Amino acid sequence: MTDHADGDLAAIREALEKFGRLNRPLPEIADDDDLFAAGFTSHATVNVMLAIEDALAIEFPDELLNRTTFASITALANAAAQSRGSR
Amino acid sequence: MSLDGAVADLRRRLLAAGVLAELGEPGVFGLGGAFTRVFDAVDALYVAAFAHLRADVWRFPPVEPRSLFERTDYVASFPQLTGSIGVFAGGAAEHAELLRVRAEDGRWEDLLVPGGLMMGPAACHPLYAVIGGTLPVGGRNYDVLGSCFRHEPSPDPMRLQSFRMHEFVHAGTAASATAHRDEALPRLAAMLGSLGLEVADVPANDPFFGRTGKILASNQRHQALKFELVTPVYGDDAPPVAIASANYHEDHFGTAFGIFDAEGGVARTACVGLGMERTVLALFARHGMTTSEWPEPVRSVLWPHG
Repeated sequence: MTDHADGDLAAIREALEKFGRLNRPLPEIADDDDLFAAGFTSHATVNVMLAIEDALAIEFPDELLNRTTFASITALANAAAQSRGSR
Repeated sequence: MSLDGAVADLRRRLLAAGVLAELGEPGVFGLGGAFTRVFDAVDALYVAAFAHLRADVWRFPPVEPRSLFERTDYVASFPQLTGSIGVFAGGAAEHAELLRVRAEDGRWEDLLVPGGLMMGPAACHPLYAVIGGTLPVGGRNYDVLGSCFRHEPSPDPMRLQSFRMHEFVHAGTAASATAHRDEALPRLAAMLGSLGLEVADVPANDPFFGRTGKILASNQRHQALKFELVTPVYGDDAPPVAIASANYHEDHFGTAFGIFDAEGGVARTACVGLGMERTVLALFARHGMTTSEWPEPVRSVLWPHG
């Protein structure tokens, strides 16, 4: 597990706050908590992905466009780091 | 025979026998008397197979208001399949312009404006607007037969741009909705089997658009929300064709249309849908173009009174 840039984590949390439609307040959600267990829906993942891509100026590669990528804040941060690496 | 060859061959035979008639655009056909007779018999059989649901019957026009279409989020997921109705809203000057463009074989439709109506992409969409409110204990069942428009022009007669879907929808709780889906699929498979079709049920996903659609499709499969009944139409080497599907929508329509279960929770919905044209055409592909020569066991199921 890599250390994630604070900026990435902040951007991911902001995207989840705006578009995640979670059923618990975001500050209560730890980086490794299961987002789907917190009410994250497939339709919400779409808007969250677009917001993260926009904020971090990255594009998730096709192989990351699946449910696992959105399972937790850590998973999203890993995906963001990987997207940057693949450019 | 290649898949393209098999597609062209089925299309040629359907047209030659007058089962279908060409209208000049891919995926839009006239449906002949033999087609219609099979359609009516399959539909009656289907309704009888689900009579125990005591479903409320609803029928809707092939177009739906834009406001209703918006609530389904359809265009976010399927922009490539969407169709909007254009209408003429001009005066004398605009009419003159239209006639000028038309006289030059131009695309006069460009002068139409959105009319506030969308082509209905799924038979059950308007139902959710009708049933908004609180459901009785145990939920409720609905019978909806309607036209669907999907913009996917193709030479394949199994892929129409305008077709009818007959659905049995359940609105209730997560438990009652998934039970409806899981009970309906084998029942429908047995009915299709009695017509001599080899069917298999397979997990499936909708053709969600673009990059974001990959996530939606991945989720739909992961959560096992959608199943299809597929049957071979173009030989054993070609992919089988889906003729029915069973879907659990979670709270998608319950939330969008304000539908609640008897306990006050957001309703969950599920449907089983039979693609009517595809099923009828699969029968012609399987048993031949002349219904009087279809196997007697199949004929007696379709037409018990001769």
